[in-house]
Amino acid sequence: MANMQRPLSPHIQIYRWQAQMVSSIVHRATGVALAIGSVVVVYGLLKLAGDEAGFNEFRSLVGSPIGMVLMLGWSWALFYHLCNGIRHLIQDGGAGYAITQFVRSSWLSAIGSVVLTAMVWAYILTVGGAA
Amino acid sequence: MSNEKVVATDRRSPLKIALGLGSAHSGVHHWWVQRVTAAALVVLGIWFVILVLGLLGADYVTARSTLAQPWNALLMIAFVVAMFWHAALGLQVVIEDYVHTRWKEVFALVAVYFLAVLGALASVLAVLRIALTP
Repeated sequence: MANMQRPLSPHIQIYRWQAQMVSSIVHRATGVALAIGSVVVVYGLLKLAGDEAGFNEFRSLVGSPIGMVLMLGWSWALFYHLCNGIRHLIQDGGAGYAITQFVRSSWLSAIGSVVLTAMVWAYILTVGGAA
Repeated sequence: MSNEKVVATDRRSPLKIALGLGSAHSGVHHWWVQRVTAAALVVLGIWFVILVLGLLGADYVTARSTLAQPWNALLMIAFVVAMFWHAALGLQVVIEDYVHTRWKEVFALVAVYFLAVLGALASVLAVLRIALTP
């Protein structure tokens, strides 16, 4: 085990919160949330491969108030991870590392994810009615 | 910096440098596959959202016949495989970063990979059944 008497580097509570640091933490958090959400994808596919009664059960579960709230959360998580994932792929290519660009792109993925989520749910609530 | 200086300060053997696999002996493989599956998921993720939105309120027969279309079945299989692969690689890094008790770390890593493979296989089996049975 590590010797705990050694000086440790400052942890997150020491630092002032910044967009670029929150974007990194949220990227991980949404990734974990989406991994858990993959259960819904598998469950839906298995129910669709089964009989009609089972699929209707799945539909009413997703369309229930709790189901809708969870789907709202997962849809935002998906769009955030998508937007910020594209941002990370661009950064992996070596671009956008100037501090101003880095902060601006952090905000861009946050705003983009909210806009996409709002668009999708506006469509669901107008066209789709109750899922 | 002269070439001579680099050789003098680098403590790695020439073979180690040539192989370029680092201390984990796997090189950039994990990092690279995470990026390749990410790139695939940008396209497949957008396709998945559009497919689901198109199936809003759809009944069993409509949803099933839509997914049974060859392109939809193919892309759905690609999506779930890329998704579980990417998820397992991502969760692996999270576990390696935050779980500091060795046996718990190994247990969590094995559990994540078991569940990811199981999830991917179950999804593929479901899509095949939808696509191949009338």
